[in-house]
Amino acid sequence: MNQQQNFNIASFLSGLLFGVGLVISGMTQPAKVVGFLDLFGNWDPSLIFVMGGGVVTYGLLFKLIMQRPGPLFAVKFTVPTRRDMDSPLIVGSALFGIGWGLGGFCPGPALTSLTTLSPNVLVFLVMMSVGMYAADHVKSLIFRTAPA
Amino acid sequence: MQEFSVVGPLVGGVLIGIASAMMMYFNGRIAGISGIFEGVIKPASGDFVWRAAFVGGIVGGGLLMLFMTPESFADVSGRPVYLAGLAGLLVGIGTRIGSGCTSGHGVCGVSRMAPRSLVATGTFMATGILTVWLVGGVAQ
Repeated sequence: MNQQQNFNIASFLSGLLFGVGLVISGMTQPAKVVGFLDLFGNWDPSLIFVMGGGVVTYGLLFKLIMQRPGPLFAVKFTVPTRRDMDSPLIVGSALFGIGWGLGGFCPGPALTSLTTLSPNVLVFLVMMSVGMYAADHVKSLIFRTAPA
Repeated sequence: MQEFSVVGPLVGGVLIGIASAMMMYFNGRIAGISGIFEGVIKPASGDFVWRAAFVGGIVGGGLLMLFMTPESFADVSGRPVYLAGLAGLLVGIGTRIGSGCTSGHGVCGVSRMAPRSLVATGTFMATGILTVWLVGGVAQ
């Protein structure tokens, strides 16, 4: 098997475990997510443990992985290096948070719930894709620059 | 505060961390779901198959769990469809303008203490909390 096939299979297995983890964590229950965000109401802190578990586990493993010369199936590690703050980062994240609070879904759990074929999940995913296509134009409208 | 669970969320969170680390260990990539998904719906040559494989894995993981523990999936059919559509639109636009979502910024970025991800995560948590505070009753 060549390197590219290994790369694709590793991507699939990583996604598979990610999906299983999302379901076990409770993220596929929008009411749990909205309960977590309902800090000023009937707060449900469960999702702190999802984020905590994910952040600590990845943080430790990431440090170990970075001591290796490179990844197994690619030439080098591709890690974002930008450290500057800009308005798109803040405005985009703010819009994402509003959508997250409205629906109780972020992209991962919505994809994990795809096979329930619930109309709400399907509508969410279709509109999320529309939003991703529209993002460049929305960005240029907000910041008055030419679309990328 | 309402009753909360610890074991499921913690085990799920650890699995999410391991899955993200697999992506870095094998392929040297950040497991950012919104960015990888964008590459599936806007395919670029040579970059499509692994992205589709990752997204397919997530969908497949969901299907596997749907057979094993169908009760883990909430019935969201009672909620207004227009809200799901509006939420999806904002999530799609927001994650692309803000270069990431809960996975890429919230898990991978925060654990590396990447300053942009810390700011992004603080921002989407804040507007999420604010949104639920303002319209939580409608969304549920």
